[in-house]
Amino acid sequence: MLETRIIPCLLLQEERLVKTIKFSNPVYVGDPINTIKIFNEKEVDELIILDINASKKNLLPNYKYIKQLAQECFMPLCYGGGINSIQIADKLFEIGVEKLSVQNIIFENFDIITQITRKYGSQSLVVSIDIKKDIFGRYKIYNSSKKVKYNFEISAFLKKVEDAGAGEIFINFVDLDGTKNGLNLDFIKNFVKSVNIPIIICGGLNNLTEINSAVACGVSAVAAGAFFVFQGPHRAVLITYPSKEELLKFQIK
Amino acid sequence: MIDIIDYGIGNIGSIQNMIKFIGGNSRIVSTPEEILSSNKLILPGVGSFDTAMIKLVNSNLIDAIKISANKGTYILGICLGMQLLFENSEEGNSQGPGLINGKVIKFKDNSLRIPHVGWNKVNPTRNSVLFKDNTEKKFYFTHSYHVECNNKENVIATTNYGIEFQCAVECENILGTQFHPEKSHKYGMNLFSNYINL
Repeated sequence: MLETRIIPCLLLQEERLVKTIKFSNPVYVGDPINTIKIFNEKEVDELIILDINASKKNLLPNYKYIKQLAQECFMPLCYGGGINSIQIADKLFEIGVEKLSVQNIIFENFDIITQITRKYGSQSLVVSIDIKKDIFGRYKIYNSSKKVKYNFEISAFLKKVEDAGAGEIFINFVDLDGTKNGLNLDFIKNFVKSVNIPIIICGGLNNLTEINSAVACGVSAVAAGAFFVFQGPHRAVLITYPSKEELLKFQIK
Repeated sequence: MIDIIDYGIGNIGSIQNMIKFIGGNSRIVSTPEEILSSNKLILPGVGSFDTAMIKLVNSNLIDAIKISANKGTYILGICLGMQLLFENSEEGNSQGPGLINGKVIKFKDNSLRIPHVGWNKVNPTRNSVLFKDNTEKKFYFTHSYHVECNNKENVIATTNYGIEFQCAVECENILGTQFHPEKSHKYGMNLFSNYINL
């Protein structure tokens, strides 16, 4: 029986970890290597590390540092940020990252999905899609580097991503980022059936029971940032991850 | 000493780091000569069957691996590294060395999400040098293809994902796991310890 993955999603900014709210106001949360060591001890299912500077400022990934991070991980690592070409992907696989996440680049060069997966297999690529409400409250696919919303029909777009070869789709709700206001399951349940590849949902995770609800909607994995790094009403920084006992209590298998 | 084969793909760093963490020694090897003088190898791999096989052929490493296998050197293939030890794969057109008889096939059940990604239970089917105790065995998987041995005796464990598929193999000195021990915390450390102590 395949277990539901619960994935801390960490944001990298110049060799520091930060956490944002609605993609803004990054707050320092800790040293990346130390944090990975903590997550090793807690036996986390997987880690996603996104370099938010590389995505925003169109910088090359910090290869030397990512290599160090990958070597520390006794769990699977997915890296995203600044992957704009197959050559950059080549270099990242070469230094030991096993899974990449591409995001805004797909709006300029959709073919990169096929280029990477033909060479490295579907399992090597997560396509990350941001969803943001427009002023009328309608959900739109969002390009965070250009700050543009698109009118693509969402399920057709997800299917197009699958057909291009992507192994997983990571759906991130910008308006919920860092809020712990709860996952947007009402939205997601309309779209999970559009594709046959695993879907990871991210944004707003508030408690462990929500994970069961997400699975009931057909989601394969739940990722979160604030849930694992901020605790209590004053958002004190504390790195946590549910223990096996806690997961059993919530019957998350 | 474990020699990890570097042919330009695969997470060599985390394999090396985990072996170091449990007190073992390893080094990275990348030439036929180094492979031929090794007595315990690991063949890692991520990517597609053809891309990897072409790299192994062009670097003359595949012949060295075959010779080493035939003289009894232990070889542990991980993920694609295991698939590369078989005869062929539905993922590509390249010929494998056939160190284990059988082929690599795609998951066929359309009701399941493919690739199979995540932590899953590993069920040993017979005694093996890789699984020595009766502790819980679960490992991280990420793949769309799985192996099918001609000789069922070569299967040492299966995993359930819609079907019960072969997830670990052993044929004398040739070993392989579809899952990633180097990404599987203490479960992977146990498996590497068993390999080191062979």
